[in-house]
Amino acid sequence: MKKRVMAGALVITMVCALMFAGCGKPSKEESQGMELLNVSYDPTRELYEKYNELFAEYWREKTGEEVMITQSHGGSGSQARSVIEGNEADVVTLALAHDITAIEEAGLIETGWMDEFDRSSAPYTSTIVFLVRKGNEKGIQDWDDLIKDGVEVITPNPKTSGGACWNFLAAWAYEEKHSGGDEKAARDFLKKLYEHVLVLDSGARGATNTFVENGQGDVLIAWENEAYLSMEQYPGEYEIVAPSISILAQPSVAVVDKNAREHGTEELAKAYLEYLYSEDAQRLAGENYYRPSDERILKEFSEQFHLDMELVTIDDFGGWNAAYDTYFQDGAVFDQIYGE
Amino acid sequence: MEQQIVKVKNKKGIQVIPGFGLSLGVTLTMLSCLVLIPLASLFLSAGQLDLKEFLAVVTARQIVSGYVVSLSCAFFAALINAVFGLILAWVLVCYEFPGKRLMDGLIELPFALPTAVAGISLTFLYSDKGWIGTLFAKAGVRIAYTRIGITIAMIFVGIPFVVRSVQPVLEKLPRQYEEAAMTLGASGTYIFFRVILPELFPALLAGFGLALARGIGEYGSVVFIAGNIPYKTQIAPLLIMTKLEQYQYADATAIALVLLFFSFVLMLLINSAQIYMQRFSRS
Repeated sequence: MKKRVMAGALVITMVCALMFAGCGKPSKEESQGMELLNVSYDPTRELYEKYNELFAEYWREKTGEEVMITQSHGGSGSQARSVIEGNEADVVTLALAHDITAIEEAGLIETGWMDEFDRSSAPYTSTIVFLVRKGNEKGIQDWDDLIKDGVEVITPNPKTSGGACWNFLAAWAYEEKHSGGDEKAARDFLKKLYEHVLVLDSGARGATNTFVENGQGDVLIAWENEAYLSMEQYPGEYEIVAPSISILAQPSVAVVDKNAREHGTEELAKAYLEYLYSEDAQRLAGENYYRPSDERILKEFSEQFHLDMELVTIDDFGGWNAAYDTYFQDGAVFDQIYGE
Repeated sequence: MEQQIVKVKNKKGIQVIPGFGLSLGVTLTMLSCLVLIPLASLFLSAGQLDLKEFLAVVTARQIVSGYVVSLSCAFFAALINAVFGLILAWVLVCYEFPGKRLMDGLIELPFALPTAVAGISLTFLYSDKGWIGTLFAKAGVRIAYTRIGITIAMIFVGIPFVVRSVQPVLEKLPRQYEEAAMTLGASGTYIFFRVILPELFPALLAGFGLALARGIGEYGSVVFIAGNIPYKTQIAPLLIMTKLEQYQYADATAIALVLLFFSFVLMLLINSAQIYMQRFSRS
């Protein structure tokens, strides 16, 4: 049901975007207001709903102009595809740098976007944790508990889900550390892990639904923010388990230069993303269970987040493009462990 | 009677319904815009690959297993639909009972319901925590996230095709056939298999073919109830979506073309069989 609503919302936002694009100029002059389309991924819906209000207020105070922000959500990969195919996004805020690189390769974003904003253009971060059912009957504490007999794991397919790539890499990092850098061991570990996977949904929200609504599996490997959201929606039914090692997921943001230039929203788009680094916005991210990238603000949330987890980063895998080619490209490690 | 009317019309060279040129024009335009041009673009897009690449894509083990899952599940679903669709049509045509009209209307529901909704509710019911799924789980049978689940989703979306193909033929079937057979001393089973079924068979086959084709291409409802595990429960349309998500448009269209080819050949076979049988039954 949620999916349908989401798909519907996506269609409506896209239709709206097209309509705005079609009659953009006259209405802009009339209302003196600017419009901005933010194309984002699934779990950021709640965050950006609030952030858009915050930013609109800030922009009004600063320039006296009204700004109307439309947001669109979906799987990170398919959202990127929609932008490439002509969805007139001014900014993209996606799950993976890899998806933004795809838009860059289509010529819509200028190279060097990653250095345009602080901390590799990742204003908030997240990590991968386990969501287990209340009581944690199977006694899941760390990654090696996931491959014990009788444990059923839910995680989406890395080929279609950005979140699932992070899950895969976090598990890989764990076993590589434990075996002292043995790649063969890591590969065997992941093969065993995926043998415990009952359903490979195509997206993170789908996997959450399979675990929460359909009651499948003992553990959901999930975005930290998704896990907290499920805890909030079903109080007392789930527990979060923080593994000893995980990965620092850096959802990236970028201005879609070509579209912004055509809409005359370059300045606004840049300010929109820059303001994500302000104290208020960072605090808002923390309240929505994203880890603020500002260390000082992150400390304010030290009770909420498991800050003692050891986090590897994508750079340990040689950056997104290299990681994607090694692990998720057709015929790469992920295909191999299923093919063996 | 029918023959005569046709002759009269042809002699005078005029048609009962005017506007042949206009309506044909509209038809052709619509057909081109909605069917032919999109199909042609499929070939164009797959044309980016040379033959060697094309074969490498469509014969990759994972892709082949996707075809096998889609085709085999669709086949079984269509087979089950043919049997139960026939019974359903039989009940709707031959008997009177309260709520018959409602039941007749319900048949079309799988057409009207968005497939995603169907998929989600089927998964909810048939997962081992769901109402129906728990009963089977006790017997050690898992339905959701297995090929059985995929088949069930395909049965759901395919059943109207069989019922709606068989129903009109059954309605027009003269009761005299049955009565004549009965007066000649034929048994009930004999009448069904040797008198009624041959008359219905072409329509049944058409319904089977449509249900099969629908099942092969079905994505929306199946993707929720299939576990999407490579080599086990990954359907071919999902592989197409996966390729698209990975920005591999040419690969995706290559897989789609093969799927289209399968459907085309199956429909061709079924239609030829149907035409052959109709000729046979008339002569």
